[in-house]
Amino acid sequence: MRRLADAALDRARELGAAHADFRLERIRGQDLTLRDGRVDSTREGEDVGFAVRVVHDGTWGFAAGVDLTPEAAVTVAEQAVEVAKVSRPVNSEPIELADEPVYGDVTWVSSYGTNPFEVPDADKIGLLAEWSERLLAADGVNHVQATVLQVLENKFYADLAGTVTTQQRVRLHPEIEATAVDRSRGTFESMRTCAPPVGRGWEYLVGDTWDWAGELAQIPEWLAEKAKAPSVDPGRYDLVVDPSNLWLTIHESIGHATELDRALGYEAAYAGTSFATYDMLGSLKYGSPVMTVTGDRTVEHGLSTIGYDDDGVQTQSWDLIKDGTLVGYQLDRRMARLKGLGRSNGCAFADSPGHIPVQRMANVSLQPAPGGPSLDDLIGGVERGIYVIGDKSWSIDMQRYNFQFTGQRFFRIENGKLAGQLRDVAYQATTTDFWGSMEAVGGPDTFVLHGAFNCGKAQPGQVAAVSHGAPPALFRGVNILNTVREGGR
Amino acid sequence: MTPQETVERALALSKADGCVVLTTERSEANLRWAGNTLTTNGTMRSRQVAVISTIGGAAGVVQRSAVSPDDLEALVRASEQAARDAGPSEDAAALVEPGGNPGSWDEPAAETSIGTLGEVAAGLGSTFERAAAESRLLFGFAEHALETWYVGTSTGVRLRHVQPTGKIDINGKSPDYARSAWVGQSTRDFADVDVAALDAELTRRLGWADRTVDLPAGRYETLLPPSAVADLAIYMYWASFAARGADEGRTVFARSGGGNRVGDRLATLPITLRSDPAAPGLECEPFLTATRSEEGTLSVFDNGLPIGPVDWIKDGVLTTLARTRAYGAKTGTQAVPMVDNLIMESPDGAGSTDDLIARTERGLLLTCVWYVRMVDPQTLLMTGLTRDGVYLVEGGEVTGAVNNFRFNESPVDLLGRISEVGATTRGLAREFGDYFTRTAMPTLRIADFNMSTVSQAS
Repeated sequence: MRRLADAALDRARELGAAHADFRLERIRGQDLTLRDGRVDSTREGEDVGFAVRVVHDGTWGFAAGVDLTPEAAVTVAEQAVEVAKVSRPVNSEPIELADEPVYGDVTWVSSYGTNPFEVPDADKIGLLAEWSERLLAADGVNHVQATVLQVLENKFYADLAGTVTTQQRVRLHPEIEATAVDRSRGTFESMRTCAPPVGRGWEYLVGDTWDWAGELAQIPEWLAEKAKAPSVDPGRYDLVVDPSNLWLTIHESIGHATELDRALGYEAAYAGTSFATYDMLGSLKYGSPVMTVTGDRTVEHGLSTIGYDDDGVQTQSWDLIKDGTLVGYQLDRRMARLKGLGRSNGCAFADSPGHIPVQRMANVSLQPAPGGPSLDDLIGGVERGIYVIGDKSWSIDMQRYNFQFTGQRFFRIENGKLAGQLRDVAYQATTTDFWGSMEAVGGPDTFVLHGAFNCGKAQPGQVAAVSHGAPPALFRGVNILNTVREGGR
Repeated sequence: MTPQETVERALALSKADGCVVLTTERSEANLRWAGNTLTTNGTMRSRQVAVISTIGGAAGVVQRSAVSPDDLEALVRASEQAARDAGPSEDAAALVEPGGNPGSWDEPAAETSIGTLGEVAAGLGSTFERAAAESRLLFGFAEHALETWYVGTSTGVRLRHVQPTGKIDINGKSPDYARSAWVGQSTRDFADVDVAALDAELTRRLGWADRTVDLPAGRYETLLPPSAVADLAIYMYWASFAARGADEGRTVFARSGGGNRVGDRLATLPITLRSDPAAPGLECEPFLTATRSEEGTLSVFDNGLPIGPVDWIKDGVLTTLARTRAYGAKTGTQAVPMVDNLIMESPDGAGSTDDLIARTERGLLLTCVWYVRMVDPQTLLMTGLTRDGVYLVEGGEVTGAVNNFRFNESPVDLLGRISEVGATTRGLAREFGDYFTRTAMPTLRIADFNMSTVSQAS
């Protein structure tokens, strides 16, 4: 690694690069999918390669290669400089990077117990098959799909300033879905586990971090109840939203909206911009006073957690929204310098050795209230409402304002008590109306870290894994749609 | 080690019942810009080798990049172990036998470079200058990739395919971001890309927004141009054209009481939705490559299977659904692989988007749709938003720009509400153009399109 890095960086320096970084990555992944207890697909892959990024004559240049020799590293460095030269005539904004201390030779390893790639496939398949059989044995379950995605990521980074980092992290995303089919009526319904994807090892599936047995035992009953549940009457309802659903609303309406590159227009053509524009920093009333949201790349087991980002910046945690007001953005070194914001908060990330780092999401989380209420207390405060659990469909506009979400389960709340499930429910709001209607958040004991493996952004497209923590929260008067009526039936 | 040598050596090392080796060489170059200046750009090379071992009706897939000759045996053994661990597969089938002319098997991988985008870069330079002088901001992306696949099997299949994929999309905005327009084009080699012409169309559309009109949510007669039609059609294709899912009662194409809806009339007009690997300008892989099995529509056992033209919907009637060879054998039907292009047309289709505008008394013209997601698989109800240009058409002319909307609609229901079809033209899907660039669609006139709520985004 170091020979390749030295060769590439030396060549970039000789060619006049003001900044150059070298990144060598090995990303190992495995997808296992079982259908009705039998293997439907297994695929194991490993992506190894390296990239050289330069700032030359005030212009970015990037190139990536796969031949792991010093000669190839030199060639790729030359290509990166050539790309910068070709691009220079159409670049009118000189690239400058925020200052960052130099980290001589540091290593960082994420917190996990068992490397999933050291567990025999037969054991993994056996576990998923046993879980599938449990569900298939229940009345009313016709099909079961079980999947687990596994990633082991190694990154080596070196730059001209002298920072050298070596890092490793592991993540898992297990998911079990049961489907009930009523052939006579021509209808079907499905429900899946709400267990979050995590930055943990295989111990997540066989330990006591998540109550797998309890959730699997409940799904057939929940599924049968949902299939027979009454269709919701559209209108305004108070909502208690579980962390298993709220994480995705946070991701879409806060996580992406507080990315400074979006707020400044650098994603305008593709992922979009943000209603939370830079001129509103410090003044935008994002939500109610009980709303505090942090960006954090350091939380244990977070999917976006790492020691140093792909700009060589040591990662941090900071406030994005404080007491309902926008107070911060997610940054990389380029964005931080562009607005004179001082140091980057460590949000540069590339999803592969073949992609250029862009500003990607930290673990963005809604903070619980110290001494705040329990879930039962929140539900107890609702006379007529809906308790929302688990994520399903999601969509938000390109300024992160108008959104519509569904979920796995919707329970009626009547006079402070749960009163059976509803179906065909979607909630729709604008970001500031929704967060402005948040009356209470749960206490620290109710906080759960959920998240996603596959957040998309940038061109060429990149995916990133990110966690979002939340307590359950109470929202007043949210617009509920009936999805069957929306379809004109 | 050449890709061909990699394939032959790996096959020679195999001790499995059957073996497939798939190598992929990819090179790409891109330019990205925002606010009339270049932002990021680059060139990339990647190389993947996948070994698929089949043992006793099971398959094991292991894929690696940066494979050296010394790594090959470990890769082959790992795939054999994966097959032994997996147990029998539902999609098991004998490997495909060779057929036809192997053609270009002996040729090297194709390669693109940043030079392919040289003309685009030059065109952008002058376009940025003009845009700045005229108070317009331009954002966008141009990308060219050449991917070469080599497929070899222990049954003797040797196939090579080069797939060029290119696209350019440009978003134009007013300095206050209040007005926004988008254009996109797919291409094989950028020889047909005229940046100045794309910018001229953007300028025209931004001009339409000199007048703005606020309209409430509701159902409107709506013109969907090829980009918007492509996004809806691609999602429908991905989400609902699996025969197994329909037969099992789990998709919009399941029939009440059992079976699927093949034979049902979906559109009152003679709409055809088809794929053809040889479609001019939309050429795509003529044989199947798969490193995973999926939903009874894709199988690693089917690698090398010839892909031919297929009518999914013919003259408004659902004609066929996709299936693997194994699922075809189980149901007494032929395999129908999914294809990497999609064409919608009608014998009555005539006229450009402008022609349909001229024939509109009052309605909406969408430019493109965004963040399309499935709400209800039972009906294929989807939600999404308009972006970068919704216009009011009155008396045959665009009379102003309208606020954006969130829609809730099922493309299957939409097929039944098409009242007019334009001529089919190549177009780039806005949202799914990252993954699926090869489409040709007409402009459609839809009755009562459900604009569920207003979106304040601009």
